[in-house]
Amino acid sequence: MSEIRVENLRHVYSAGTPFEKTAIEDVSLTIPQGQFVGIIGHTGSGKSTFIQHLNALLQPSSGKVFVGGKDVNESKYTRRDVKWQVGIVFQYPEYQLFEETVYRDIAFGPRNMKLSEEEIDARVREAAKFAQVDEELFERSPLELSGGQKRRIAIAGVIALRPGVLILDEPTAGLDPAGCRQILDNLCEYHRRSGSTVIIVSHNMDDIARIAERIIAFDHGRVAMDGTPEEIFSEPERLEAMGLDVPRATSLAMALRDAGVPLRGSIYTHDQLLGAVLRAKEAAGC
Amino acid sequence: MLKDITLGQYFPGDTIVHRLDPRSKLILVVLYIAALFQAAGWLSYLAVTAATALCMALSRIRPKNIFKGLRPMLFIIALTALLNLFYTGGHEIVPGWRMTWEGLEKSVQMILRIVLLITGTFLLTYTTSPIALTDGLEMLLSPLKKLRVPVHEMTIMMSMALRFIPTLIEETDKIMSAQKARGADFETGRLTERAKALLPILVPLFVSAFRRADELAVAMESRCYHGGEGRTRMKVLRFAARDWAALALGALFLAGMIVLKRFGL
Repeated sequence: MSEIRVENLRHVYSAGTPFEKTAIEDVSLTIPQGQFVGIIGHTGSGKSTFIQHLNALLQPSSGKVFVGGKDVNESKYTRRDVKWQVGIVFQYPEYQLFEETVYRDIAFGPRNMKLSEEEIDARVREAAKFAQVDEELFERSPLELSGGQKRRIAIAGVIALRPGVLILDEPTAGLDPAGCRQILDNLCEYHRRSGSTVIIVSHNMDDIARIAERIIAFDHGRVAMDGTPEEIFSEPERLEAMGLDVPRATSLAMALRDAGVPLRGSIYTHDQLLGAVLRAKEAAGC
Repeated sequence: MLKDITLGQYFPGDTIVHRLDPRSKLILVVLYIAALFQAAGWLSYLAVTAATALCMALSRIRPKNIFKGLRPMLFIIALTALLNLFYTGGHEIVPGWRMTWEGLEKSVQMILRIVLLITGTFLLTYTTSPIALTDGLEMLLSPLKKLRVPVHEMTIMMSMALRFIPTLIEETDKIMSAQKARGADFETGRLTERAKALLPILVPLFVSAFRRADELAVAMESRCYHGGEGRTRMKVLRFAARDWAALALGALFLAGMIVLKRFGL
């Protein structure tokens, strides 16, 4: 099991120099196994620094990180082992592809785990299926494929580790709408089928509202808000104060209410908006 | 972390040394080096040391920063001193040993010469931004354009290279994190294994460097860049009175040093 527990995490960059900067200040939270979490926050709010602590790429200045009940910074071995448990897909992951073929690039992680060839092969095929990478592409060079394909290959490269926790930093940045939708749908599918925890960092409130069951908002290195999408998006003023938007459906619903249309319930996805508008129409009897 | 490496040795400031035209500073450094190599006796070494100290004080560069820069050169300085100490003929300090009084004098002078040489050039790079430096260099070398030396192209390449060092460092950092997240190990293993482990960093780094070069070329062309021909500048370099004064002082200093050498001082 890969429950994540973070206690009083604090991270200071370039400590002891004139460039010292506190990126994370006293963050404590628990993410149970299997949750689908969205992390939001303004640029520089500490979300990227935070996720890099979860697989020990960064070590805390103070505080502790537990994955599956174990302190990840206990020794150099736990720091390495946690990388198999917590997989991170960074921003623009397509720029990290390097192997000659798609197959070998996806196999890079499992090979570092020193698995047998059969096991590697099984994992590559499984990961490719999850990320919708066509097996026909396996022998092609990853560098000659399209942006969306490259990104799915890079995601498959991390899924191939079979992590209990999959973290993605802005997985849809720079993709066209169809590419975005496909990746998000894949992730939902992956979350449902594998039972892994999935954490997505995103600026796109529409995406987060649609897929996450819990939202954590970072502001100036602290957790400013933590709750269900319903709770988070019911306080648009607080989000705006942090420099964040509300989903388009929410802002449209707010405008309609201001104009006198009686919409009931909380609204943060397109479907909810549509439903509320239809109900209001029925109630008005037209 | 790679990010912690400090590159670009420019220390911004607003002293007379900072305000001097980069061209005059470049010429002054050349004059300074020429003068330094005239030094033969203690009096002339004293003069150069005093001049260097004066420039340091004027530029408000802390000696600590100069010493930091000297550290990588320590080995060469020590080796030069030792060789001079043992291989100069003359009167032995301890009979039977090869160390001589003449050798001692010469090695101290050698140390001084190297330290002063480095300090002088550091004062240039510490007080002049890389962009100003390349601009100054381009204008100083512009007579070579008559000989069809591509001076403008060379200097613009230099400033682009300087500009992209921090970018590439950041990029390397990101790629390393990503490959580490997939279990890449850069720290252990034998030499051949470690060299092989660099591949997952180098390939993406080169790919992105080429991509950036392409993008930069497009960006420059779309802003109508077409080489140095007829190009004007936002910041036009102009010689001020202080530049002429500084150059005159520099020339006088060199002349003085030549005179001192004549007298073997």
